[in-house]
Amino acid sequence: MVEEAKVVLLGSGFSMFGMRAKIALAEKGIKYEYMEEDLANKSPLLQEMNPIHKKIPVLIHHGRPICESLIIVEYIDMVWPNNSPLLPSDPYHKAQARFWADFVDLKVYHASRRVWISKGDEQEVAKKDFLESLKQLEEFLGDKPYFGGDTFGFVDVALIPFYCWFYSYETFGNFKVEAECPKLISWAKRCMQRESVSETLADEKEVYEGILDYKDKFMLN
Amino acid sequence: MAKDYGEVKLFGVVGSPFVRRVQIALELKGVKYTFIEEDLKNKSDLLLKYNPIHKKVPVLVHNGKPLAESLVIIEYIDEIWRNHPFLPQEPYDRALARFWSKFIDEKCLPPISKASFTACKEERDKGTEESLEALEFLENELKHKFFGGETIGIVDIAAGFIAFWLPAIEEAVGLKILTHEKFPKLSKWSEEYTNHVVVKENLPQRDKVVGFFKARYASIINASK
Repeated sequence: MVEEAKVVLLGSGFSMFGMRAKIALAEKGIKYEYMEEDLANKSPLLQEMNPIHKKIPVLIHHGRPICESLIIVEYIDMVWPNNSPLLPSDPYHKAQARFWADFVDLKVYHASRRVWISKGDEQEVAKKDFLESLKQLEEFLGDKPYFGGDTFGFVDVALIPFYCWFYSYETFGNFKVEAECPKLISWAKRCMQRESVSETLADEKEVYEGILDYKDKFMLN
Repeated sequence: MAKDYGEVKLFGVVGSPFVRRVQIALELKGVKYTFIEEDLKNKSDLLLKYNPIHKKVPVLVHNGKPLAESLVIIEYIDEIWRNHPFLPQEPYDRALARFWSKFIDEKCLPPISKASFTACKEERDKGTEESLEALEFLENELKHKFFGGETIGIVDIAAGFIAFWLPAIEEAVGLKILTHEKFPKLSKWSEEYTNHVVVKENLPQRDKVVGFFKARYASIINASK
């Protein structure tokens, strides 16, 4: 049974979506219990808390579940507004932040997945789409230190977990993100100087080994 | 004196459910705006300038500043115009409203499209099965007159596709998904929503929508022959 005021986060492995929630909680200095899920053998708690999607991350607060990583981050920002505000207070900039966070999910995530899953021509298309989506983000970033402007914000949280996956995409796809998007890599390194990020992001080589392992187990070569 | 919120423009097409979401949101709040009809086969330079990323409608331009993506736009409208709120204030309820809006876009709309506008019958049957599963979740979620409670909220506005466009698709392609037997609450909600005094003035003409879907279905079937 989950205690009322306790904060629990259900996550798994190298999921960039779980990392978003962890970074947000760390930014706010919230103590929480982390429970690692085995996605091949989902716990009764996960199935009870996210019966619709049965996916992680799930944040459990006051015994109630919040699902979907960006919704979780907005919830965290609203419930604990005083430390490290993640969303801008200006409605237009807030809307822009939501647009670009959704863009990460719509464009960056799907293309990046295809980069490590596919081969040949399909992979070339995936690489092109992935790099194009990063370039569009780079353009939005402009000369700002963070997507949130002077402060680390919502879009930064949405995108930075992908940084520990870049090595895997680059190795599978035989390319370098830095060659195409140097500003983005500078941004990522700047984010890595934040404890919330450096303590949360997985080791990129471990992510790569994890993908190799997954491909071995679940995919035909 | 009434507050001046500035100039509001909406780029869209009359048949799009996503554009209609934004129109309904603006109308419910009583916001004055200019509707700019786009030709999607020949998109205007302005649209491409305002939405260079997706190049799609709807785009809201408020005092010269553009926003894209219907649900993002609706949340923005809700923050600027505070009457008739679309989202609850309480953080947990707010998160739930966002969850269900997203669920509609990611889990209801794609299988409905697959169930209707795919040449392969096996795929269509799979789409029907997935649509029924998704609607079952929505049916169980509906506890009041609207998803928003006694008044229309963001989930109702998002679900407008199910209330109006889905029955039109069903008629056009000969599908049966949203039935009274399987979904009594959702069916009743559909009637309440589409007959709402503001919503009904901001839906396209049904026969035109049915005609559009009939043509789309025919072209997909013909292309597969």
